Amino acid sequence: MKFLVCISNVPDTTTKITFTPDNKEFNKAGVQFVINPWDEYALTRAIELKEAAGSGTVTVLNVGEADTEPNIRKALAIGADDAIRVNAAPKDAFFVAEQIAAIAKEGAYDVILMGKESIDYNGFQVHGMVGELLGIPTVAPAMKLDMSGNTATLEREIEGGKEIVSVNTPFVASCQQPMCEPRIPNMRGIMTARTKPLKVVAATGDAARTQVQEYALPPKKQGVKLIPAESAGDLIKLLRNEAKVI
Amino acid sequence: MSVLVVVECDKGEVKKSSLEVATYGAQLAAQLGTSATAIAVGEASEASLARLGEQGITKVLYDKEPRLKDFVNNAYTKLIATAAQQEDAKVIVLANSNIGATVGSRLSIRLQASLATNVVELPKTAGGQFTVKRGAFSGKAFSDVVLSGERKIIAVKKNSIEAQHEAGKTAEVVAFAAQLSDADFADAPKQVVMQDQAGGILLPEAERVVSGGRGMKGPENWHLIEDLAKALGAATACSKPVSDVDWRPHHEHVGQTGITVSPNLYIACGISGAIQHLAGVNSSKVIVVINKDPEAPFFKAANYGIVGDVFDVLPKLTAAVKALG
Ligand SMILES: Cc1cc2nc3c(=O)[nH]c(=O)nc-3n(C[C@H](O)[C@H](O)[C@H](O)COP(=O)(O)OP(=O)(O)OC[C@H]3O[C@@H](n4cnc5c(N)ncnc54)[C@H](O)[C@@H]3O)c2cc1C
Repeated sequence: MKFLVCISNVPDTTTKITFTPDNKEFNKAGVQFVINPWDEYALTRAIELKEAAGSGTVTVLNVGEADTEPNIRKALAIGADDAIRVNAAPKDAFFVAEQIAAIAKEGAYDVILMGKESIDYNGFQVHGMVGELLGIPTVAPAMKLDMSGNTATLEREIEGGKEIVSVNTPFVASCQQPMCEPRIPNMRGIMTARTKPLKVVAATGDAARTQVQEYALPPKKQGVKLIPAESAGDLIKLLRNEAKVI
Repeated sequence: MSVLVVVECDKGEVKKSSLEVATYGAQLAAQLGTSATAIAVGEASEASLARLGEQGITKVLYDKEPRLKDFVNNAYTKLIATAAQQEDAKVIVLANSNIGATVGSRLSIRLQASLATNVVELPKTAGGQFTVKRGAFSGKAFSDVVLSGERKIIAVKKNSIEAQHEAGKTAEVVAFAAQLSDADFADAPKQVVMQDQAGGILLPEAERVVSGGRGMKGPENWHLIEDLAKALGAATACSKPVSDVDWRPHHEHVGQTGITVSPNLYIACGISGAIQHLAGVNSSKVIVVINKDPEAPFFKAANYGIVGDVFDVLPKLTAAVKALG
């Protein structure tokens, strides 16, 4: 089984978000970038399934410029076999999906996994676009993934419950908790990651269908109104009469 | 040229988030000088579809194929794409739900459309440009995005627009057949398992949420959360460590790696307010925090707060709600 796992490079979850003075771009200064937390579920599950089968490969794919390589190496240290970086700044979800679909087609991957969404753009779009570009099923968001031969059984989250879906390879799934316990690299992994192949390829076209015009921060909170614990019931009156939410 | 609204139905009724989407679609259609048609997915009653007139929808297309009752990605994509072509829809509006975002992303390729998810306002359409405001950076920012394609698909974030109810107005319900074949149902679910929802209220749809963290000390104390939720007609939720240790099911976990909610009222009980938790709840309209630590970071994001012990405060709140009658 050939797994392709797509990872995006995102600001660490604790980052205070700021923008360049013209509000056109995210301000990267001093920000630590990590593998998108949702993608870690996809990566770890692919490695677990490969290990359980005793054969197969896990390739990580990132669309990004050279500064994403430390996180690609981290994915290799966690246990992926090799990596591909499409050398381009991601323009939008459509642009990224086109790159992934082109690589997936060329490498004839059986299973294409990615996180539910990236924690910076929050698109929740790429999985479906890749599935449609390749004409194969998409299961999103998936909470569980098991393989038996060429058939996968997945649990897909729906509002208020789950669907049990089974699809044959090739397919795309976007992953979320509680699929697995994401792994962290160990010393041996870090050492071997240095020698694993990382191929850099050029982007396919430059089409995008959306453009960010401007970023903005939410309005500042006005500050908390504290109610003494002894008269906790007064809170309920405020919620009814002042905030008008009950 | 029209606006096509995708309405999700469950057990015969239109979901609350789809009433919001219908309102959004009708207001957008008015802005563009056209009308809004809806296509229904899921299990719908004709009466509930006709009531979409209250949100400003003029016509509702409904395909009675029984296999469309549960979400089937390929079949839903084909159904909506066929409706979009028939209606010459230049804009398709859907909910930013697991169904909406999944189908929307496939549709964007099939219809060669620009797609924006997580949209929080009506678009700006002056000067021929089409710009939407959407949430980004896990609720820590917004971005204005220009949709350049000739066709546009917009997934509207829940609770970001208030559903309108113009009593007495009805929509025409029209039979629609997308001519779906067995192959379109190849990825149909083998089984659908619904989870127990406290008080029957779906967390992603809820207008009010009562949520507990590690400060609740153990699952045996959750009746305090449930009692207040029941009195308020709220859904229950929890922080990640609470679901990690199985005090509560995973589908209740809100935050960066859990569900994102944006209710009118979010009450956090014994939750510290770590940035990853805030990411899933900070677009709630009113946030109430109950924590015994006055330095808990959550107070910075809160509108109302009580510095106190949840075991003492929660019963008082429940009693006060019941006293409202
Ligand atoms: C990549 C990543 C993703 C994450 N994603 C999420 C996510 O999606 N959702 C999420 O919630 N977390 C997430 N986390 C974890 C997050 O960082 C915090 O660890 C978590 O939110 C803390 O949960 P808590 O507030 O319930 O527990 P704690 O941090 O232990 O806080 C408990 C709080 O309860 C208060 N308390 C204790 N006893 C009482 C009492 N009797 N009365 C009143 N108050 C009391 C304490 O003062 C404290 O503030 C993530 C972390 C990482 C690294």
